[in-house]
Amino acid sequence: MFRFIFERLSGKRCLCLTACLAASGLLLLSTAAAPAAAAEEKAPGRQLADQATKQRHFWNTVDHSKLKALQQVFTSGDQITRACLSCHTKADQQLKKTFHWTWTDPNSPPNDRKGKAQYSVNNFCLSSNAMHDHHCSECHIGWAGKGKAAAIDCLRCHGQKKFNFEEAFGDYEAFSTSSDPDDKEMAKEAQAEIQEAAQAVGRPTRRNCGSCHFSGGGGDGVKHGDLDSSMTTPHKSLDVHMGIDGQNFQCVRCHTTINHNVAGRFYATPAAKNRKSLIENDLSPKIMCESCHSAKPHKAGSKMNDHTDKVACQTCHIPTVARVLPVQMWWDWSQAGKMKNGKPYEVKGPYDRPTYVSTKGDTRWAKNVRPEYYWYSGSLSGPTLKDSIDPTKIIRLAWPVGNRGNHNARIFPFHVHRGKQPYDIERSKLLAPLLSGEHGYWTTFNWQDAIARGQKYLDLPFSGKYGFVKTEYVFPSTHMVAPKDQALACSECHTRPHSRLANLTGFYMPGRDRIKAVDTGGWLLVLGCLAAVLLHGFGRFIFKKNGGKK
Amino acid sequence: MDAAKMKRIYLYSRFERIWHWLQAFLIISLIVTGLEIHGAYTLFGYEDAVEIHNFMGLTWGVLFVFIVFWVLTTGEWRQYVPTTKKLFAVMWYYSFGIFMGKPHPVQKSPGAKHNPLQRLTYLGLVTTMLPVQMAAGLLYYTYNQWPQWGLDRFLTLGGVAVVHTVLAFLLIAFLIIHVYMTTTGHTIFAHIRSMITGWEEVFETTEVYDWETTGKKKARS
Repeated sequence: MFRFIFERLSGKRCLCLTACLAASGLLLLSTAAAPAAAAEEKAPGRQLADQATKQRHFWNTVDHSKLKALQQVFTSGDQITRACLSCHTKADQQLKKTFHWTWTDPNSPPNDRKGKAQYSVNNFCLSSNAMHDHHCSECHIGWAGKGKAAAIDCLRCHGQKKFNFEEAFGDYEAFSTSSDPDDKEMAKEAQAEIQEAAQAVGRPTRRNCGSCHFSGGGGDGVKHGDLDSSMTTPHKSLDVHMGIDGQNFQCVRCHTTINHNVAGRFYATPAAKNRKSLIENDLSPKIMCESCHSAKPHKAGSKMNDHTDKVACQTCHIPTVARVLPVQMWWDWSQAGKMKNGKPYEVKGPYDRPTYVSTKGDTRWAKNVRPEYYWYSGSLSGPTLKDSIDPTKIIRLAWPVGNRGNHNARIFPFHVHRGKQPYDIERSKLLAPLLSGEHGYWTTFNWQDAIARGQKYLDLPFSGKYGFVKTEYVFPSTHMVAPKDQALACSECHTRPHSRLANLTGFYMPGRDRIKAVDTGGWLLVLGCLAAVLLHGFGRFIFKKNGGKK
Repeated sequence: MDAAKMKRIYLYSRFERIWHWLQAFLIISLIVTGLEIHGAYTLFGYEDAVEIHNFMGLTWGVLFVFIVFWVLTTGEWRQYVPTTKKLFAVMWYYSFGIFMGKPHPVQKSPGAKHNPLQRLTYLGLVTTMLPVQMAAGLLYYTYNQWPQWGLDRFLTLGGVAVVHTVLAFLLIAFLIIHVYMTTTGHTIFAHIRSMITGWEEVFETTEVYDWETTGKKKARS
């Protein structure tokens, strides 16, 4: 124990201790001077991370514009993919095994597969109907939203030019089949643009990843809270790692990729199995904060280091999410389908976001959202379309797994999206209506028909009776890490009654918790003593007598 | 009582006085920061309150070792040997006698700096309350090492916190009574003055040894 205390009171502090014994007056001075002196040295977690990011220049040996394969005439996306594969011959085999392609959690039970291509259901656009909803599969990395039937769209992730290939292919086809020499010229120009875009390839940037992940749920900032288009070119104050005026990290800097497998959590599968820094294992993915910052990132003797076994870095370092653009908080599908003069309509609310859309129902948005905190071991759980639910309760479609006793679990911040969505009253299971397309709900506004069609795609029954049930869906907040001076103060949690961790019970937390009887008894004793001495003193004053006097 | 009948004796040595006032400063700052950590109010801010509290607590621990060493090696521990002799007389005095202008039943002397009631109180403080409070504080401070030391099987932070809080309230209560009692000397500030200067005014009737008198003290120094 003493060795431990001694270690914590390193150097300067030990001297202070002696000084204090000699003259306690110096004490306040030394505490005031300590932070100024400490500012010069960097916390070990920063030093490590600086070291890990020192080499910032990527290099390669290929100028893709010089490759013959990319100088041919392209009339479809599939042709570009074939051109890519003519050199990168194993890329498609690699990619088609990844979660980005399969939309299936390989670690989920075979009879109850999780994933968007499977039986998973959320409280946004509900289900992809086994990828038959084409609007939903627009984000799939195949060409033209055709899902797994299409060829891989390599450029979705690797294309460095913002370019609408569908439109360009259309233009080229129209102009090249014309006999007009002007049109021929236009066709040549269109093809040159296509080739230029196909040749502009590189490692995925924030814009590549963001083209899907920033607008999940069908719009900018609908889903995550910590991911929206403000992260394409964020300021350091929004994200200390990705800030263009700072480290300017791309997503893949942390989402380390091996054989096209991008590190990250999906459904119940955690992003990493252990929390090891690069010093402990230099080949581990850099997906955890600990990877670069270590498990004790703060200065020696800092109480914050004592927190890292139970509190995730994100908890203190992401004070709020949706700091630039709003995030959707609520989506009530039960209100969808209202008409004005027989036509669907939309009502705009704060932040220029809709509060009502006939196709979708009620929505609510918020900015600077304070996350909710739960124990989290890196895995989310929730029912699929196959699982029975209790419609009298709020259904937790995606909910953090973990508890205090779990060695790997930490208190972690979450953005929670709540809403109401359709379920089968007789079967007590959630439903997957078809939304887009000519028979989808967004066109027909007919729940009965849309649900029947959607369920059929999934080979799931529908009793014909539907209702709406309240649901919750969490997103772990892990991006939008704020600069250190904006990290939470201790008193955000160590306080009552408005502690950020007020909902987490079963353990004693200083400042938040107390035994009421002890406090009441204690204060009564203190007040009693005060009253007693006042009374005693008053008595002496009245009798004008004192101990020593005769 | 006129001044002529009083004499001055050197009652509290320099180390005793430093110890006393440093301890007073430490206890008060521990109470102030401790109550903030407990959520009673906001003064320094939680982080600084914790830092100061830890620092003061550890400092007190070091000081306490010096105090115990001093008390044991100087033989001053005899001052804390409990006695029931005149105990009830002292209690009677503070309950009634003091109002009636009766003299204190026990006079201070170098051989007996504390009256029987003080002896009991201080003995309880030094042997029980303070060590338990410090132990609870150290356990609180080393909470993260519990699993390593195998302590997490026997202790919960809540349990340690309750002990620490209960004793804190008892110490506050002691502090209030203690400060008030200093005003019950022959003048309001007599006792406080003696704890600052070391010199206590006592009645002439008290037997005083040579070395305790002003002249002797001066001669020694």
